[in-house]
Amino acid sequence: MASRLPLRVYYDLLSQPCRAVLIFLKCTGIPHVEKPVALRKGEQTSAEFTKLNPMQKVPVIVDNGFVLTESVAILKYLATKYDVPQFWYPADLHKRAKVDEYMAWQHANVRFHAAKVFILEVLMPHMSGQPVNKDKLDKALAELSITLDKLECMYLKNQPFLCGEEITLGDILAICELMQPLGANRDILKDRPKLVAWKDRVKTFVGKPFDEVHSFVFNLRDKAKL
Amino acid sequence: MALQYYGDLNSQPCRSVYIFLKKNNIPFEFKEVRLFMGEQYSEQFQKLNPLRKVPVIKDGDFVLSESVSILKYLAGKYQTPDHWYPGDLQRRARVNEYLDWQHSGLRPQASRVFLLKGMVPFISGSPGPSAGAMEAVEELTQSVEKFHQKFLQDKPYVAGADISLADLVAIVELMQPLGGGHDPLDGSAPLTAWRERVKKAIGRELFDEVHGPVLNTQQSLESISQKQPELLDAMKKMLFKGGK
Repeated sequence: MASRLPLRVYYDLLSQPCRAVLIFLKCTGIPHVEKPVALRKGEQTSAEFTKLNPMQKVPVIVDNGFVLTESVAILKYLATKYDVPQFWYPADLHKRAKVDEYMAWQHANVRFHAAKVFILEVLMPHMSGQPVNKDKLDKALAELSITLDKLECMYLKNQPFLCGEEITLGDILAICELMQPLGANRDILKDRPKLVAWKDRVKTFVGKPFDEVHSFVFNLRDKAKL
Repeated sequence: MALQYYGDLNSQPCRSVYIFLKKNNIPFEFKEVRLFMGEQYSEQFQKLNPLRKVPVIKDGDFVLSESVSILKYLAGKYQTPDHWYPGDLQRRARVNEYLDWQHSGLRPQASRVFLLKGMVPFISGSPGPSAGAMEAVEELTQSVEKFHQKFLQDKPYVAGADISLADLVAIVELMQPLGGGHDPLDGSAPLTAWRERVKKAIGRELFDEVHGPVLNTQQSLESISQKQPELLDAMKKMLFKGGK
């Protein structure tokens, strides 16, 4: 239809769920228009963006007038609507349920704990000018470590990917969360060979979009190294 | 063999799955895992779910955790009425949008109020408001406000004219703080109206049956303290292990 507008995606590369949506769009070649929203400049609080999303959060997509928030809902919508390879979000009921299982669990587990480490080590010191609260950081790192144990024993197990034999939406969500602490030059996977092997597998499969989308995190890491 | 459902009605996500099973007449075997008794730590249950959480379903050899994914699986397998999890892409996305937001947007805040007002005063032995209870209530109030402004708005249900998984998952969370004597919808006519609407759509009898345990939290804790005081000690250790 001539009046059809291309999909718009509002994002900031600083945000893990935004990166997952962008990686998916780039890997699958779904045509889209990228609309950056600079969180560090507070652009999510602008009158225009607030009208679009009163929660003032990213990512948001607008698909020919249909506005949707929440990265997990967005990924499912895109995987269902567009003609993408089946493995991302399989139609088979059992396989799909396993992907849903990971995507539900991760909100309060991988996302919560990995984000906390990044917030304590990078965001808060940057915003407040105060040094890192070491006690809180140690506690957050311990909790993240427990979560990674759970990720290995409950999800990855001896499979190539988190939800089975093939890559799924769950893997790209997870990898974006686990890349975040790298912004402080902290590699949380380095002593976990199974997760490192999984990460390499996902990176290889995703290809160029992986590094493109993580450029912001790499820049933060390089600054932290100085 | 019928579906096996492992759960405890004191737990919000267990209630949404239980209601969905009963409302849709899905045959199942209820295998109670009593959380206050620590039954989730049994060797047998750990084999089923290494994360030791409920609810879990076992459908033949297929084991699944995470209430949100269980609900979607059941809706798909048993071909339940469309309104629960609509086939239409945009309506389904609306339901998913809520189900995803609530993990961090409402569930933790409602759980925290229940913990600080319903469990901690009893377990710690010092009645009256515990530290952090006021802030927890304030955060829950803000979450409820977001639920209203963004998700429910002025529609009868989250997805529009009919009840869906979104309302079911929301209502069980919003009932939990009542176990601590706090009604998160108090003072909001539109939200209490929504709650009544959801109760009616589910069926009052089923709704009340399922919420009996959480509304009787204080009595459950009393009974445990009398009959099995060592369990209270275990709960105390668990609740306070995080330290100040």
